[in-house]
Amino acid sequence: MTATTAPRPSFPHRHLLGIEGLSPLDITALLDMADEAVEVSRQVEKKRTTLRGRTQINLFFEPSTRTQSSFELAGKRLGADVMNMSVSSSSVKKGETLIDTAATLNAMRPDIIVVRHHAAGAVHLLARKVDCAVINAGDGAHEHPTQALLDALTIRRNKGRIEGLIVAICGDVLHSRVARSNIILLQALGARVRCVGPSTLLPSGLERFGVEVFTDMRKGLADADIVMMLRLQRERMNGSFVPSVKEYFRFFGLDREKLAYAKPDALVMHPGPMNRGVEIDSEVADGAQSLIREQVEMGVAVRMATLEALARNLPNG
Amino acid sequence: MKTPTTQARALVFTNARLVDPASGREAAGALLVEDGVIADIGWDEPGRAGPAGAEVVDCGGRVLAPGLVDMRAFVGEPGAEHRETLKTASEAAAAGGVTTVVCMPDTDPVVDEPSIVDFLLRRARDTAVVNIHPAAALTKGLEGREMTEFGLLMEAGAVAFTDGARSVTNAQVMRRALTYARDFGALILHHTEDPDLVGSGVMNEGELASRLGLPGVPREAEIIMLERDLRLVQLTGARYHAAMVSCATSIALIERAKAEGLPVTCGVSINNLTLNESDIGDYRTFLKLSPPLRSEEDRLAVVDALARGVIDVVVSDHNPQDVETKRLPFAEAADGAVGLETMLSAGLRLVHAGHIGLARLLAAMASQPAALLGLPAGRLAAGAPADLILIDPDEPYVLDKAALHSRSKNSPFDEARLEGRVLQTFVAGRKVHDASPAS
Repeated sequence: MTATTAPRPSFPHRHLLGIEGLSPLDITALLDMADEAVEVSRQVEKKRTTLRGRTQINLFFEPSTRTQSSFELAGKRLGADVMNMSVSSSSVKKGETLIDTAATLNAMRPDIIVVRHHAAGAVHLLARKVDCAVINAGDGAHEHPTQALLDALTIRRNKGRIEGLIVAICGDVLHSRVARSNIILLQALGARVRCVGPSTLLPSGLERFGVEVFTDMRKGLADADIVMMLRLQRERMNGSFVPSVKEYFRFFGLDREKLAYAKPDALVMHPGPMNRGVEIDSEVADGAQSLIREQVEMGVAVRMATLEALARNLPNG
Repeated sequence: MKTPTTQARALVFTNARLVDPASGREAAGALLVEDGVIADIGWDEPGRAGPAGAEVVDCGGRVLAPGLVDMRAFVGEPGAEHRETLKTASEAAAAGGVTTVVCMPDTDPVVDEPSIVDFLLRRARDTAVVNIHPAAALTKGLEGREMTEFGLLMEAGAVAFTDGARSVTNAQVMRRALTYARDFGALILHHTEDPDLVGSGVMNEGELASRLGLPGVPREAEIIMLERDLRLVQLTGARYHAAMVSCATSIALIERAKAEGLPVTCGVSINNLTLNESDIGDYRTFLKLSPPLRSEEDRLAVVDALARGVIDVVVSDHNPQDVETKRLPFAEAADGAVGLETMLSAGLRLVHAGHIGLARLLAAMASQPAALLGLPAGRLAAGAPADLILIDPDEPYVLDKAALHSRSKNSPFDEARLEGRVLQTFVAGRKVHDASPAS
């Protein structure tokens, strides 16, 4: 906006590649900005001019409905010109590498590129090859920082704080970028983080992240304030990591009975899209303790905050 | 290039600090070369003059040692000349003080027939400036199913048998190959990594891989394959060399096998001696290797094993990769790093850090691999080939990958500070590399 507005907390980063590397102050600044963006999104007139004249490219090497539309809406509400590019794996196989794609897009002079890629580190690689700001919208099993920010915003608005809460992250931690970003963020803000799942779905060295590790869901949920479920990919359900959907749901699916082990006012979250009857029972997903729909609303707000924070650091920002 | 005619003129190295890794002897001295071989050595006589008319190289007190023998280098010829040819690999080797290179059989076509060994030797004779000895495939097409013609391949000039970067997973195939190899006294080099346990893994399994979101390679992939092999060696009695060990448990296994008297030796990559998994940092693909860089504890264990002589050989594991196979997301990038030119400088880090003596390092890089391969090189002795290197072990420099002689520039030591470099390299008495100042 203009120089006459009140000074805001600064966000001293050119890109948002991960939660790793952000200070608690950086995170809090983004969450505070996101709180304001929630109010903007709840008005009839949702349009702002913060990003007017700016070009935002959503570059998705992996299909995504909700994250891509959330970034698109966030950009449009701030007045940016938003272009969506879905790069299917087939066109990558035609020979154009990630770096070629980056160079091509860079030549179109975008201001912000939002990237999702199936390989860990791919967004870092791309960020080194372009002149604009880059937002990581998920890279392999590495990080998904805006998801962790939206989860934190949702928790903070419902519990009034993050510090001191017990958060149980349950399910396929091994393949989950959401889990990694959440572990780092929640610990930075003082939460006690637990990871719960079968050992085949827990990454090696997890205890050295400073989390408590549980392979028994009931113990892992005991006294939890927040139960955060993770999605289990279909190809991992039948024998490779867990024997069957039936067995997984029986021992690690969140149903009313298991949720009863958590605090009575515990809240349930899921990054979506949900596999009902696999990692979560419909009764819980749609129940009074569920924050799952609110998470989607917070997603747009957090992405607006991120875009705005990075846009301020752009040349002539 | 290399002229088949013998050196007409004698060559004398004076004022040298002679280091003979084969005997462990280290003293000031002079050395005389005639007809491409070491004719005489003047231990403790640095000023000893040669015959009249001999060319004199004043070493100025610097180290004169046998040229290095690298048991494991991938060269792209035939089939991947855009990555490396025998010519460029040999120039890189000469610059790094490596005077004998054993090239791996994973080429296209695979080195699994005598005619391809013959092709390589002729090609090397015509284009390479250092000695090239092919290792032939252990199984046809590197497919791990049928053994190759060990006898005929050895007659053609193959010095060892290996499936290169692949492991033979079928224990029955390995058993028969070892049994048959014993009759010919053939040396088997085996890359010990169970491919099923490696799975999609791309770096050492553990906290760091988990933080980077990369699938890990457990140490057990190496340990289990190595343990199986050692039992098969006990069964068959064949000469077996574990190509590259990378972790503490493997060291313990090798140590036990040696104590049991098994004909077992092992090597280590210069990378696993001098780098660890943390060096991968922000997804640096030049450090994506097989075996992967392990933890600092593992690195210290292999350094200690080298110092104690449990590890016999240090290899460059030279593996040239072009930009297109490395400028990719980490998990999608090819394995491997170039190493011929930096192996000695990197190894000297261990000497400067006080982990190991210079003679011990050179033994693992020259005399011991030569002995395993049955080559006369790697020692300072009358009658040995005049494959020599003049080294300044203390000269500091910063590696610039653009200055590498190798056709590929994927060095994990790019921009690294190194101490100690090769000034001159001689093969059969002929100078093939000269980096000494013009003065």
